[in-house]
Amino acid sequence: MFIQQLINGLILGSTYALIALGYTMVYGIIELINFAHGEIYMFGAFVGLILVTVFKVPFILAFLLAMAAGALLGITVEYLAYRPLRQSSRLAALISAIGASIFLSNLALLIMGAQPYTFPSPFDATVYRTSLFVISKVEIIVLASSILLMIALTLFVQRTKVGKAMRATAQDKDTASLMGININRIITITFAIGSALGAAAGVMVGVYFRTVTPTMGLMPGLKGFVAAVIGGIGNIPGAMFGGIALGIAEVMGAAYISSQYRDAVAFALLIIVLLLKPSGLLGRTAQEKV
Amino acid sequence: MIGPYYLQLLILIGINTIMATSLNLILGYTGQLSIGHAAFMSLGAYGSALVTLHFGFPFLVSLLCGALFAAFFGIIIGLPTLRLKGDYLAIATLGLGEIVRIVFLNLELTGGAVGLRGIPKKTTLLWVVLAVLFTVFILSRIIRSRIGRAFIAIREDETAADSMGINSTYYKTLCFGVGAFFAGLGGGLFAHYMRYLNPNSFGFMRSIEHLCMVVLGGLGNMWGAFIGATILTVTPELLRTVADLRLLIYGAVLVLMMRVRPQGLLGQPLRNGIPLLGRFFQQARPKL
Repeated sequence: MFIQQLINGLILGSTYALIALGYTMVYGIIELINFAHGEIYMFGAFVGLILVTVFKVPFILAFLLAMAAGALLGITVEYLAYRPLRQSSRLAALISAIGASIFLSNLALLIMGAQPYTFPSPFDATVYRTSLFVISKVEIIVLASSILLMIALTLFVQRTKVGKAMRATAQDKDTASLMGININRIITITFAIGSALGAAAGVMVGVYFRTVTPTMGLMPGLKGFVAAVIGGIGNIPGAMFGGIALGIAEVMGAAYISSQYRDAVAFALLIIVLLLKPSGLLGRTAQEKV
Repeated sequence: MIGPYYLQLLILIGINTIMATSLNLILGYTGQLSIGHAAFMSLGAYGSALVTLHFGFPFLVSLLCGALFAAFFGIIIGLPTLRLKGDYLAIATLGLGEIVRIVFLNLELTGGAVGLRGIPKKTTLLWVVLAVLFTVFILSRIIRSRIGRAFIAIREDETAADSMGINSTYYKTLCFGVGAFFAGLGGGLFAHYMRYLNPNSFGFMRSIEHLCMVVLGGLGNMWGAFIGATILTVTPELLRTVADLRLLIYGAVLVLMMRVRPQGLLGQPLRNGIPLLGRFFQQARPKL
């Protein structure tokens, strides 16, 4: 029973981790809570759904195309809603992000209608049983692909030249630009990668829970952000850790405390972490300079 | 005299003005970004409605009970969370707001997800106007007092305020308590006007709506909060003919507004150096 809950938490947590990565990468570079990220997740799920059901595209291809579409949307939102505001206050940027989020979710509502759509499962319903837990084929694929994406991201950020430029930009924008890094290009790439991961999470959740709705982005979006803060915002391993910790805490809370307070567990965990260690579990404490 | 439709609009403008001015005290004057204001509203709404339903107190007494209930929670919530700054405070208040909503959604006393029904209709336009005048009067007196100057000092630079002997924790908690009190008052009026309460009408989006009213009108400006509340209450009504596009336009207007006039209609240009209000992109723009 306990092991089974742990596995369920791990699967849910890996999707939170993918969403959290998008938040944390953007925050690491421009210090903005990208409120529209939950909508990019929803958008990814819809693109995947439409490709699979209407255009009969094979699932793997639909998955990759949804990620590309998510990346494109992320870049567009940055270009239209955030870039023009670089010279104004952070609050203005935050409001603009909220505006973009409201706009996108209502655009989806207008085009797709309010009814939930069923995601046809591209995998057979094979279930693997061990003495300790039961896991379905879909669950294995969700877990494996999110781990694969996280490893790919880590390699990209740590080993490539662009990844190095991203880390440099996150550390100090002025110095990075003096070293010949094109800051605007790095911001675009960051939005593209973060949004692609968010869209990937959207497709996976669509396949896993089998439903897609225009308002599906709000709660996972908030929780993805909570996961990023728990792990230490701006910190990539932190977002992965925070996402998985949040998923496990939520499933355990629902199983052993009360399933009605499922969503409250995430926010309670957030507040406890913020009070004990505001910089997050894996974050560095920043000294305030006067 | 005035038709029921316009009467409803005026009452909602009044309630939203109370919400916006009280959030303006927290955000505009003290510089603390709270995106859980709807939680205080719901505490006041449920508090006063339950007092009316179970004890049958006069309206004024139950309104005060609701407001005090909200203020009590404002202080309880404020004490630990106000150690956080800027974005972190925003997220913590967001999280607390969601927790309050989920608790109301599951409590038997509040009717849970079905909502609380049968609240007597006691809110009239006169009550709302009096409440708005009371709120604006008290808040503008506070702002012009020693306490208000402490609030503004904290907004401008918390470290400097601390070093001048202002106990910033005390004043921030006080500000949260006062803001929550008036939000609770607005909630009480709302409860006795709508006669039905559902936890989901006090969710994240409602807090965002209050935030937008303050920012649209102009931070740190009493009239700004009133104008922001009026515009954001009336505009969705004007757009009713294009009902489906309502929120779509709302979102687009927020983005455009921030591009054209980020300080709000009546606000002064935002200064640098304030953690929350400082420049979003902290660098001299490189020529690229």
